[in-house]
Amino acid sequence: MYVYMGHMKWEHLQPYEASFWDDNKITLIHERITGLNSSKKEVILATDLRLSYRSLVLATGSKPNRLDLPGINALGVQGLYHKKDLEQLERLTPSIQSAVVVGGGLIGVELAEMLHSRGIEVHFLIRENAFWNTILPKEEAQMIGAHIEAHGVKLYCNTELKAIETDAENRVRGVITHKEEQLPCQFVGLTIGVHPNIDCFRNSGLETDRGILVDEQLTTNLPDVYAIGDCAQLRNPPKGRKATEAVWYSGRMMGETLAETLSGNPQTYTPGPWFNSAKFFDIEYQTYGLVGPQETAIEAHWYWQHPKQNCSFRVAYNKANRQFLGVHSLGIRLRHKIFHQWLLNEKSIDQVMEALTQAHFDAEFSTIHLKTIQAAYFKNRLQTTQK
Amino acid sequence: MNKTQSLTVLKNTGLIAGLIGLALLAYGSYSDTDNGFLLWSCLSLILLGTSLYSAALYQGQIPGIQNNGVWFNALTNKGYWGWLLGMALTAFYIAIYFYPELLGYRTQEKSTGLVAFFDPLSLALNGKPATQWFMYGSLYTLAILIFGVKFIFKYRTNRYQIIRTLSVIFFQLGFAFLIPELLAKLNGDSPYFAKDLKNMWPLNYYFFEDWHLDGMLQGGSLGLFMLLFGLAMIVVVSPLLTYFYGKRWYCSWVCGCGGLAETAGDPFRQLSSKKISVWKLERWMIHCVLLFISITTIAVLWTYTANPNNGLGIAQSAIWYGLLFLFSLILVVLGGFYRKQLPTDARYTFYTIGTLLILTLALRGWNGSEPLFGISSYQLRAWYGFAIGAVFSGVLGVGFYPLLGSRVWCRFGCPMAAILGLQQRLFSRFRITTNGGQCISCGNCSTYCEMGIDVRSYAQQGKNIIRSSCVGCGICASVCPRGVLRLENDTPNNRIQDSAYPLGNLLKTMPKK
Repeated sequence: MYVYMGHMKWEHLQPYEASFWDDNKITLIHERITGLNSSKKEVILATDLRLSYRSLVLATGSKPNRLDLPGINALGVQGLYHKKDLEQLERLTPSIQSAVVVGGGLIGVELAEMLHSRGIEVHFLIRENAFWNTILPKEEAQMIGAHIEAHGVKLYCNTELKAIETDAENRVRGVITHKEEQLPCQFVGLTIGVHPNIDCFRNSGLETDRGILVDEQLTTNLPDVYAIGDCAQLRNPPKGRKATEAVWYSGRMMGETLAETLSGNPQTYTPGPWFNSAKFFDIEYQTYGLVGPQETAIEAHWYWQHPKQNCSFRVAYNKANRQFLGVHSLGIRLRHKIFHQWLLNEKSIDQVMEALTQAHFDAEFSTIHLKTIQAAYFKNRLQTTQK
Repeated sequence: MNKTQSLTVLKNTGLIAGLIGLALLAYGSYSDTDNGFLLWSCLSLILLGTSLYSAALYQGQIPGIQNNGVWFNALTNKGYWGWLLGMALTAFYIAIYFYPELLGYRTQEKSTGLVAFFDPLSLALNGKPATQWFMYGSLYTLAILIFGVKFIFKYRTNRYQIIRTLSVIFFQLGFAFLIPELLAKLNGDSPYFAKDLKNMWPLNYYFFEDWHLDGMLQGGSLGLFMLLFGLAMIVVVSPLLTYFYGKRWYCSWVCGCGGLAETAGDPFRQLSSKKISVWKLERWMIHCVLLFISITTIAVLWTYTANPNNGLGIAQSAIWYGLLFLFSLILVVLGGFYRKQLPTDARYTFYTIGTLLILTLALRGWNGSEPLFGISSYQLRAWYGFAIGAVFSGVLGVGFYPLLGSRVWCRFGCPMAAILGLQQRLFSRFRITTNGGQCISCGNCSTYCEMGIDVRSYAQQGKNIIRSSCVGCGICASVCPRGVLRLENDTPNNRIQDSAYPLGNLLKTMPKK
């Protein structure tokens, strides 16, 4: 994303300097694998070379989901996951004046921002009635939607892709939505989610479902073969977690856990309270704990939004015992350490709001929104108890 | 007219005004005019034009920090415009330092060209015709003003950046430019001494040179005040402020070199190298410069006090005991109490040099040998003035902005930064806090760090950033897309966390061997 937008160069994306791998006695082999022979303990490479292993860690990541539609294989239809996708997009860019992005999630909004930064007109198609509304409650989704439109991206809610129109050379020249609306474009970005990238293990004896099945120690059914990250599917996910989580932080924690195990300190995968973050154009998002997209019989919400700025704050709590369940914030930075402890210690919503300013993480001299939020919460609380 | 149209009009008006101002400057440097009206029009048109332009430019954008296209632009990605600008700036600096006559400066007669163009301003402020240094100071201040205004508009969503930039502008305009010039006028014909209150030793490397000490001593109450204030800055004010706020109180809030780097240099901050090898080079270079200026200053003071009737009235033996005490103190504190916090190479270099210095002082200084280090102190300070004062801090420091980034001098050379950095690393409440496990290793922080710190390497491990070179500009925190970084002052005890993994994972790590 940042390379395409000119914020960084490819080399800046590398988390370590090139010498890191040699210094740590790690050999990088840039090659595709085609299979796995677990009885011989060998990985088969595309060049037919075989690598033997004592322990094998599979971290093959995800693949973008595809749609079965007319024109889906046209030149100019792609997802955004891999370096190759970025290179392909860069090659196509000079010939794109107008683009359609399909799928209102995190990658979709990033792709929309990328294309927009290069002066391309962007049509952003979302199947649901608001942006990322499987996660974001209505108010937050609306704020993000309005912000995306303020940038000049055209947002189409409740809109699905019906067909992709191509020219004689099988290049994209437009799309048709299920409302029969025709949108001329030279590029279609498919960002409708991802699925584990496990095709190469089809006949390897590896037990798979959506992903590679692993137990709490991240071991697969094959001896000394482990799977972590996007490609792994937990047989018994921890409470409140999904079996497959295509999320950076989950992948990292699986890596940490397995590193301990392989270094002789066997550990089970025990992620702490959920946290996540994102950025939608200029609006930062952070979340700690679990907040549903709407209130339920058990879960209640309290919401605050800044009258002018793109800042909002939502807490979820248990209706019955008022236990704090989680927080969503837009445009306000919150301190992870504090919320981590509050969630682990099962604090009540009132305890959390009482101590809220401890979680202030915005830059020095900035308005402490958390003070305003705190005051608004207790004012509201007083009114409801008086009733 | 809608908002976009009026902004375009505003932007073009600003552009035209700025260009007319620049044209007047060009005219001024090629004619021999010292017309006050022309100079004032030139300066105000440039200031007004650029302010209008940047206001209109950024008001047309949705608030938020946009670095779109930075690496596509030939000015900011070391492309041809960058090289051209770098060469032009370098040429300008060479002219100022070594060939001021090219800019119109004359010692015997009335100056001409660019220098003379600034006569009206110089006469108004200090009552004398402009020198090349006055012309340079004016342009320097103007650059901090106009690029400071641009910076404020660019980072207008971040109050830390706004206040910090106002501070930099204030200290440059007031403390570095207006006040010294006015004081010079008030102080009449007494010999020169530095009147910039914030410009302390060793950044002001000639503070302890004989002519400067005598200048202050003969400079009446102002001179005496400057001497005492200068000493207080070094010994009391600076260590205290650095303890409470980190070295940023100076480097990115007050300092003039930092001021130019933060404003005019901002478009080039991403060009600093983040390689570990360059970090090593940086540590060696900056500490060598610190050693160089320390030795030079000691030698100069030694020579100065060799005359028992010196202006300070301090005997050489007092200097001898003082230095011996100071060295021993530094050796005990750094080499003793804090030795575990120094990396191996630093520790041994430190021991070696410390021992050599004490031995030299003890053996040669005991009988007042002159020169103390076997090299004439005049020679030493001439070398320092040329190599460090002129070539490094001036020509390379600013001339190479578009090629090596905006903080070349601050990072590799400034002995002031070295001292403050040592203090920041060992005794300070300042740190950049990493927000638990939220880092996604995107690399924005490292890319936009002007000091070449690989911020990400700490953040992705969930560790706080405590580096001697950090000037606390806060841009890493501003460009972070996930709210991971925050500049903070807090108790020194909890600065360095030693957890194996970033926050979020509940696994039990292996006990340390």
